[in-house]
Amino acid sequence: MRKVLLHSALTFLAVLFILPFYWTFLSAVKSTAELYQFPPVFWPSEWHFENFAASWNKLPFNTFLWNSTVVVMLSTIGQLISSSLVAFGFARFRFPGRDALFILLLATMMIPWDVKMIPLYMEFNFLGWINTLKPLIVPAYFADAFFVFMLRQFIMTIPLEIDEAARMDGASNFDIYWRIHLPLMLPGLILVGTFHFMNAWNDYLGPLIFLNDQSQYTLTLGLALLKNPHDLDITAIAAITTLLCLPPLVLFFLAQRYIMDGAVGSAVKG
Amino acid sequence: MASVEISGLRKSFGALGVLKGIDLSIEDGEFICFLGPSGCGKSTLLRSIAGLETLGDGTIRLGERDITDLPSAKRDIAMVFQNYALYPHMDVRRNLSFGLALNGMKRDEINRRVEAAADILRIRELLARKPRQLSGGQRQRVAIGRAIVREPKLFLLDEPLSNLDAGLRVTMRAELAALHERLKTTMIYVTHDQVEAMTLADRVVVLDKGRVSQFGSPLELFYRPANLFVARFIGSPSMNLLEAEVQCMDGDLLLLGGPGLLRPVTAEIAADAMPEPGSSATIGIRPDQVEIVPEGEGHLKGLVQLVERLGVESHVHVKLSDGRDLLANVRGTHPVRVGEVVHLALPGAHIHVFDAEGQALPRRLDPETEALINQHRGRRVA
Repeated sequence: MRKVLLHSALTFLAVLFILPFYWTFLSAVKSTAELYQFPPVFWPSEWHFENFAASWNKLPFNTFLWNSTVVVMLSTIGQLISSSLVAFGFARFRFPGRDALFILLLATMMIPWDVKMIPLYMEFNFLGWINTLKPLIVPAYFADAFFVFMLRQFIMTIPLEIDEAARMDGASNFDIYWRIHLPLMLPGLILVGTFHFMNAWNDYLGPLIFLNDQSQYTLTLGLALLKNPHDLDITAIAAITTLLCLPPLVLFFLAQRYIMDGAVGSAVKG
Repeated sequence: MASVEISGLRKSFGALGVLKGIDLSIEDGEFICFLGPSGCGKSTLLRSIAGLETLGDGTIRLGERDITDLPSAKRDIAMVFQNYALYPHMDVRRNLSFGLALNGMKRDEINRRVEAAADILRIRELLARKPRQLSGGQRQRVAIGRAIVREPKLFLLDEPLSNLDAGLRVTMRAELAALHERLKTTMIYVTHDQVEAMTLADRVVVLDKGRVSQFGSPLELFYRPANLFVARFIGSPSMNLLEAEVQCMDGDLLLLGGPGLLRPVTAEIAADAMPEPGSSATIGIRPDQVEIVPEGEGHLKGLVQLVERLGVESHVHVKLSDGRDLLANVRGTHPVRVGEVVHLALPGAHIHVFDAEGQALPRRLDPETEALINQHRGRRVA
């Protein structure tokens, strides 16, 4: 009986969670008449899958997709390399002020993005990077405090003797990082990569601030262009939103095992 | 192969001195054990030789080379770690070949060495497996294999058997001894298990609080402990120690009296090392040399408090008349009982005497034992 109640509650929560996604998808494939019908239609009489292509072609979404892909791929690579490298440094090297520096790094997590927004704009403006994709890519090459913290904890579960064995085998510090720790950190890296991918893919405020030219726009900005107050095309917005949800969803499903393992068990895995 | 010369080695962690001036001379091809209780500095000493610790002072020479300031990889040393430290993401073949490939060795030579090591250690069928697919004993073999393929001048082994169960430990101990006979490479082995040290080593370094307490053959440590620490540490059960006072000398014989002693104990000591009459000393005797004798023949009298019957022998715990405890090992069928008053004899030939500073006075031993003690090389049958 208790199990039935538990499963019912979980099913209810799952439906509650999935409903907005389903509603968005429905809005993308409904006819205009059914879109505004009340009470709402949960199973359209006709499925207009052609709405996806039509919505995609309304604006240069191919360009937006390319820009988003460039930003996401390059920044994810940067994030993986820089965060793991910094984490390795904090986890494995002894140097004066290391702990203070690490606390300082963690403290940066408390600074809200809104506070950094204007100084960052000024900085990138000074560098001549405004209206380029660089402000969305380059910062990822300087590590993220949360990811550094997570990967450092992961590295600290790897016995120090493995480093020492590698050192005796003739490995340099970089060899130890590259050939030993990176492969062993794989679950952690997949976790970081997935989180960063989703952050970068869904980022709206960053592109909005740093990009002016439509040719540089990412998908999130392209989607926002559809929100024209004079011509609110709900079908197009729903169609593009549905498409935008797909890559993170696919990635999440692929990386699910690592994400659950990493998020729950990274502190105890060797 | 190479000899190892360590001189004036010092190492501190902050204000805590861990190695306080270590001097050792290890001969080419010897199997040496570093033995001591936890915290005595034996692992730190081994890691210092490996180049994994920064030294405060001192020098280490391997053969003709001063390796004190060389990085680990350049020392021509291989190490087997306590927890094996295999690379979890690599199969056994890659674990063995990692160091060789890293140093730019040709593929053919790498394969030759890996396969030769795999044959020696009987792990050829494991080459494609990952460490997690191996048992403890197999992992241990792979860890040793990783050291062998490098063909080093010196092997360092840091408590390599401590993670194995008792049965496997005995097997691996024999295999290690055979491996040393086969390779004839100098090996240094760290352990806190005196049985491992006594059975494996040509010579044992007993460490106490960062200092070498004694360096000698296993039998030398047993029959001629240099001080009270070694006397207590080597031998199981531990040596009985009784406070005493030097009464008089007669040639090589020293007579000692003391609280609870019914008559003086005689010890055979080298005449040139005789202490002054009246000076305090400690008498030492191993439990299996204490004899239960009829009344009037013993040196001590006491009440039997516990008898542990192990079959071959029985451990008799005796509370002496002055309140001190003493242990006697007698034959397994000895009829001694708890609550019985026993008289104990301490035969002079087995008495150790330590001066007031805890240093042993040199014992006279029979020529046979003397010869065994000095025969610290080539003890094993190949």
